[in-house]
This record gives sequence, C-alpha cells and structure tokens, in this order.
Amino acid sequence: MAAVISTAGLARTFQTKAGPVDAVRGIDLTVREGEILGFLGPNGAGKTTTLRMLTTLLKPTGGAATVAGCDLATDPAGVRRASGYVAQSGGVDPQITVREELVTQGRLYRLPKAAAVARAAELAADLDLTGLLDRKTGALSGGQRRRLDIAMALTHRPKVLFLDEPTTGLDPGSRADLWELVRRLRDEHATTVFLTTHYLDEADALADRLVIVDRGTVAAEGTPSALKLRYGGSLDATLQDTFLAVTGRGPAPADTTPVAV
Amino acid sequence: MLLHDTALIYGRYLRQSLRSRFALLFGVLTPLLYLLFFGPLLTDLPLGGQGSSWQVLVPGLLLQLGLFGALFAGFTVIIEKGQGVVERMRVTPVSRLALLLGRVLRDATVFVFQAVLLVLAALVMGLRAPLAGILIGFGFVALLSLSLASVSYALGMKVRTPQEFGPLINTVSMPSMLLSGLMLPMSLAPAWLDVLSHFMPFRYLVDAVRDAYVGDYTSAHMLYGVLVAVGFAALSVTAGTRVFRSAGA
Repeated sequence: MAAVISTAGLARTFQTKAGPVDAVRGIDLTVREGEILGFLGPNGAGKTTTLRMLTTLLKPTGGAATVAGCDLATDPAGVRRASGYVAQSGGVDPQITVREELVTQGRLYRLPKAAAVARAAELAADLDLTGLLDRKTGALSGGQRRRLDIAMALTHRPKVLFLDEPTTGLDPGSRADLWELVRRLRDEHATTVFLTTHYLDEADALADRLVIVDRGTVAAEGTPSALKLRYGGSLDATLQDTFLAVTGRGPAPADTTPVAV
Repeated sequence: MLLHDTALIYGRYLRQSLRSRFALLFGVLTPLLYLLFFGPLLTDLPLGGQGSSWQVLVPGLLLQLGLFGALFAGFTVIIEKGQGVVERMRVTPVSRLALLLGRVLRDATVFVFQAVLLVLAALVMGLRAPLAGILIGFGFVALLSLSLASVSYALGMKVRTPQEFGPLINTVSMPSMLLSGLMLPMSLAPAWLDVLSHFMPFRYLVDAVRDAYVGDYTSAHMLYGVLVAVGFAALSVTAGTRVFRSAGA
C-alpha cells in the first residue's frame, strides 16, 4: 500500500526563556493508506507537537514531511485539504448549536451554502447527531461532543484523520462507540487514521500498527504483537509491559510533574 | 475567497454579539455615565474653541468608547484558544486574513452601533451638531475600533492567560485616554502636557472629530486626524494579520 504520510527527520525546537527545548528531535515514520496508526509515548514525548506539525498548525524547525502527496513546507493548503484534525480540546463554541457549527465548518471548507447545509445533515445522520442538531454544543455529553468534533473534521471527506487523545474523559460505552466509529471510517471510506492515546488497551484493540515515541524520536514501531514479542518477551506480554520496556521507564513516581511545552 | 471567508467569520461573530444583547448595551454604560454626570459640569466652563461644551465632550466620549471597548476585544480570542476553536479554524483552508478581518469588522459594527446610541442620548442632553459632522465622527469610531481590535486580537493570540492580558491593556488604555484629551481638550493644558500629548496618536483623532462636530471639515486637524487614523489602521491590521498567519499560539 502507498504511504499517505511520510516524515523524515521532522523536528521542532521551541525557544524559551530557559533556552531552546527540543520537543521533537527527528521523527521518521510512514503511514500507509487506510491504516489505523496508534501514536504512543509518555507525557512530553512530542506526540502533540508532531501532530500539530503534520496538520500545519506549527512550522517544523527541521526535516520534511508529506501528507497525501502534499509537501508540508511548500503546500500547506494541500495538506489542509487532505486532512482532518480533532484536537484534545475539540473545537466548538459552547454557545452555538450543533447545526450552526456543522454548517459553518462546511462553509470554511468553501462549500456553497446549500451544499454545506446538506453536508451537515449527512454528517449528522452518519454520526448519530440528527436528534441533537438544534442543541447548543455546550449541552452535549462527552461522547456526543466527540462525535461532533469528528463530524466537523470529516466535513471535506479527508484522506487522513488526525485524532489527539480522542477518548480521554469518555465513559467506557462512549469509548467503545468511538472505536467502532474509527473502524467504520476506515472500512467504509478507506480513511487513514492517525491517533494518539495514553490508553494501551485502546491502542491494542484499535491500531493496526503502533509507533512509540520517546524524548522526541521514534523508539519503536510495529504491529502490537510484533512489539510485544520483541520488547515484552512473548506474545502474551501486556502492552503496558512492552511500553515500559520500550521507553525504559517504570511507573512514574507520584510527585513528578510532566514537562509540557 | 477573502470576501467569502470574511463574510462568514463576520456573520459568526456578529451572531455571537447579538446573542448577548446585555453586553451589547453594557458597553455604552461608561460613556453614558460620563455624559449624564460629567457633561453638565462643563456647560458653563470656558473650554476654548467654537461650539458648546457638548460638541467638545461627545467626540471624546465616542473615541473613549472605541478605545476601552476595542482594546479588550482580544479577551475573546484567549477564550477561543482554550476551546480549540482557533486551531480548528486554522486547519481549514480559510483565509488567515479573514479570521482577523471578520472579527474586527464585527467589532467596528458593534462600536458604531453603541456610538449611535450615545449620540442619541447626547442629543437629548443638549448636543447640537451638523449631521455630516456626526457621520464623520462615526467613521472615526469605526476606524479606531478596527485598529485597536486588530492590535488586541494580535496580543490575545500571543498571550497565554487572561490574567496577563488585562493588566497589559489597562497599562495602555488609561494613559491613552488621559494624554489624548478625550475628556477635556488639550488646548487647556500647560505647554509641557500639550507637547507630550502630541505623541499620543489618538489626540489627532479627537481633535478631528471635534472639528467635524462644529462643521469645520477642511481644517488641518481634520487632515492630520484622517492621516493618523488611516495610517494606524493600516499598520494594526498588517501587524494583526502577520500574527494570525504565523501564530503557533
């Protein structure tokens, strides 16, 4: 299968008062079309920074990347057309109705008004939001909010969907629903899904392949079973043990503060 | 595309303003209080220049409305950053300039609307001024709010918390108000203060609107006022767009 995302030495250094901080030191990875990729790593490993670079929100300070054949540095507009992004915080105004947010999103992707209205109805039907269209987004439950966030990111039928910790804070039922949704997107639309998560059971259940980053570089990658075999010692190893073996860290002491950049 | 995107963003934020009618009216409260409880003190004082004291005070209050209102516009962008709305829009193909222009045009609309309310109240209090002059005054309010809101949004994109933002804005707004002679004309000031106030760009705006309110549309004040207002707007919108284009905020 063709690579839909590929990066080489992708890096980002932040200038802070305390001196330069290398949040991402050089990420090399490829994601194949239609793949669900789990992007794992401890807090501060550079997951969100990588995601923000791949979605054009942040300019890399080194390396190169292409998304759906568009170069990140020279064709950010092409990258934006080809990808959808759901940030950890989501991205809706709590005072606005679901319908208005969906239609506005269509208009932001330059759909004519009637087409934006039709697309909103279509997305709502597809993501089980039809009954909620006239509700303000602030009145949605966590799971409904997440479905709305994803519906918005799917407005322009992107080839790649980036999800930053999509199930954080969801109850088990909503998490299971979201997993189903992600699988369905891949199966029905061949959408490539690039998702970060801290839940190892989620990565195990959902991802075709995992990339584990640590200290700003790729520490390991492969299918969940290959990683278990190689780092955990056997196929029966838990992904938790595998993860700890890869990142070389035991459980974090209770008093450490994660370094956030 | 720019026009389409600007109209879209403008509509979104105008609806936001219309949803909070209370806030829409609340903005006029401070200048209205000045009009009611400070204006009458001036009626018999020698303020220099032509016309009544209302023709001196009301132009100042109009610009005060823009100054204090528009400078705080950036608060909303700090909130929207937290909600993720800013980034959600920045990953779409929407024009970066439109993200700024749609917002500042909304602000200009709101402040001109408030300015109209203020002038209506002033007419009841005793203001008499030529219609053309009053319309010119609204034009200056629009330009000033456009400029200050651009600066404010740019700052809002850079700053991380509302706690940093408030003090920063107050540091700018209070000296600006005092040094531009919004309440009383700087022609009353001792020489040193008069000289100092010439370094405050808003002074030229208020002088121009005061001339407009007495029907003097071709004075040197008017020329300087227009030049400063247009120049400041160009500068602020350019700076604001640069931030909206690049911000990793």
